[in-house]
Amino acid sequence: MRHFFTLLSHELRMLLVSPSTYIAATAFLVFMGFIFTGILESYSRAPQENSPAHVFFQLFWLPVFFMVPLLTMKCLAEERRLGTIETLLTTPVTTTEVVLGKYAAAYCLYLTLWSATGGFFWILHRFASDARFLDSGPLLGGYLFVAVSGLLFIAVGVFASSLSRNQAVAGILCFTMLFALIIGGRFLQDSQWLDREVLQSVKAAVEYAQIFRHYEDFTRGVVDTRQLLFYFSSTVLALIFSILGVEAKLLHS
Amino acid sequence: MPDAPPAIEVSHLVKNYAGVMAVNDISFRLARGEILGFLGPNGAGKSTTMRILTGYLPATSGHVAICGHPVASQPDAVKRLIGYMPENNPLPEDMRVSEYFYFRGRLKEIPRGKLGPRIDEVLELCDLKRVRHKIIGKLSKGFRQRVGIAESILAEPPVIIMDEPTIGLDPHQILIVRDLIASLRGRMTVIISSHILPEIEMTCDRVLIINQGRVVAQGTPADLRREILGRSSYQAEVAGDLTTLPALLAVVEPSLRLADTSEPDPLGFVTLTLTTASDTALGEPLLRVLADAGLRVRALSRAHPTLEDVFLAATRRSWDVRSDPPRKN
Repeated sequence: MRHFFTLLSHELRMLLVSPSTYIAATAFLVFMGFIFTGILESYSRAPQENSPAHVFFQLFWLPVFFMVPLLTMKCLAEERRLGTIETLLTTPVTTTEVVLGKYAAAYCLYLTLWSATGGFFWILHRFASDARFLDSGPLLGGYLFVAVSGLLFIAVGVFASSLSRNQAVAGILCFTMLFALIIGGRFLQDSQWLDREVLQSVKAAVEYAQIFRHYEDFTRGVVDTRQLLFYFSSTVLALIFSILGVEAKLLHS
Repeated sequence: MPDAPPAIEVSHLVKNYAGVMAVNDISFRLARGEILGFLGPNGAGKSTTMRILTGYLPATSGHVAICGHPVASQPDAVKRLIGYMPENNPLPEDMRVSEYFYFRGRLKEIPRGKLGPRIDEVLELCDLKRVRHKIIGKLSKGFRQRVGIAESILAEPPVIIMDEPTIGLDPHQILIVRDLIASLRGRMTVIISSHILPEIEMTCDRVLIINQGRVVAQGTPADLRREILGRSSYQAEVAGDLTTLPALLAVVEPSLRLADTSEPDPLGFVTLTLTTASDTALGEPLLRVLADAGLRVRALSRAHPTLEDVFLAATRRSWDVRSDPPRKN
C-alpha cells in the first residue's frame, strides 16, 4: 500500500488542474441550487410535513445519476485508451493500488461536491433565523447517507470504467447499473410476481437492498449496521470486480 | 561476479493469443551490460516478447528470468529491476514534464531526497531542460519520445527495455539517443527494438532477428553477416579483354566467381561483381593478377553487406521455411 498515497495525490492533483472538474462542480451546484430554491418556494407557499433537508436529500438520486458516471467514467478507461496503464503497471505498483487510488480520488471529489451544498443550509439558517427550518437530525442523517451510499455508487462507476476503454461506454454502463440499483430495486419490490411463496427469500433480499428505504432510515436517525454492512460489502465486491476487470483485460489484450 | 545470473534469460517462451501463435519457442540469454537489438518485421512478436519480459503480459509457456528472478513468480522484484518504454510511448497528456518525472520517480521508489537531483540529471542527459515546465500533451513528437526514454532510465534500473525508442526522431535526435544508449553500455543491460537497421548496427552488441514468432538469427552484426549471407563480394571496374577472366579468378581463389557483368560505359570500363566463399581479403592478389593480365583496373572495392541485407535475407529465409510445413512443433 506504499504507493497508494502517491497515486491518490497524483489523481487528486490531476482532478484539481483539470477544467472539467470545475465545470462539473459548477453545474452540480447550479442544479442543486435550483432544487433547493424550488423546495424553499414550496415551503413559503404552504406549511409542509418534512424539513427542507429531508426533501432535499430525498432527491439524492438525481445528481447521483449524472455526477457519478461523469466523475468515474474516465478513471480506468482513459488509462487504457492512452496505453498509460502499461507504463503504470510495469512499475512496482499493484493493480489493487491503482484501482484504490483512483477510487479514493473520485470519492473525495464526490464528497467535496456534496459538502459544498452545505452552504445552502447555512444561508437558510442565516437568513431564515428560524431553528425549525434547520432540523439538524435529517441534515446530518442525509449527509451521512450520501457519504455511505457514495462509497458504493463510486465503486460501481469505477467498475464500469474498468470494463471499457471507451469513456462514453463506461459512463452509460455506470448510469445503467446505478439506475438498476436505485430505481430497479423499487420496481422489483412493487412487482406482483415476487409475492409468491417460493420467492419469499428473494423478496426479503430485494427489500434489504432498497436504497430509498436506507435513506428514510438514515434521515430518521436510524443508522442500522445491516445497512452499513450492505454498503461496505457491496463496495468491496465492486472494487474486487474492478481489479479483476483490469487484470482480465490485460490477459486478453 | 562470475556466478551472477545473466541479466535476461528466456527459454522456450511461447505466447498464444486466442489460437494465434505470437511468440513461438524463443530462447536467448543476455549478459549484464550488453545491448541487444531486437529486429523483425511488423507482427513478428517483438512487442509481445518485451511485454512478457516486463511481466505486463503472462506467457503461455516457457521461462523468463530477469537477473535471476523469474517473471512469473516474482513480478514485484522484476518490476523494480526494469525500466520499460512501451510501443508508441504512451504519456499522460495533461501533466508537466517535471511533474510526470516526479510522479514516476515516486512510483519507482526513488527516495524523495534523491529524486530532485536525479530528475535534473535525466533531463540534462536527454536534452529536455528547456521543456521541463511544458505540458506533455503540447510537446512535439521528438520531445515526447525523449520524455519516454528519460523516464525509462529514471530509476537507474539494471535492465532497460525500449520498444522502438527512435521512432519519429530526426537524425540529430537519433544521434543523441544513440549516444545515450551507448553511454549505458556496461552499466545497464538494454534491449531495444527498432526498424532502423543502421541504428541497431551501431549501438547493439548483439542482434536478435525474429520472424513469425521464431528466432531466425542471432549474434553480433558481423557474425550475422557471415552466417546469413555466407560470402564476401567484390566490385571491380575493369577495361580490356575479359575472355581470360574466369581462369585468372581461379588463380586468385578457387571459389571466386564472376556473378555479374555490366554494360561497358563510354570509356570501355565494365563493372564486375565477384563473389567468394572465402573470408580472407582478396583485394591485393586480385589487383595484381588483373594488372599482370594487362587489364586496366579503375576501381576495386569489397562490398560491405549491411544489416539490412542480413535482415532481408534472414526474414525471407524464414518465410520460405515456414511456407512448406505449416505445423512443425
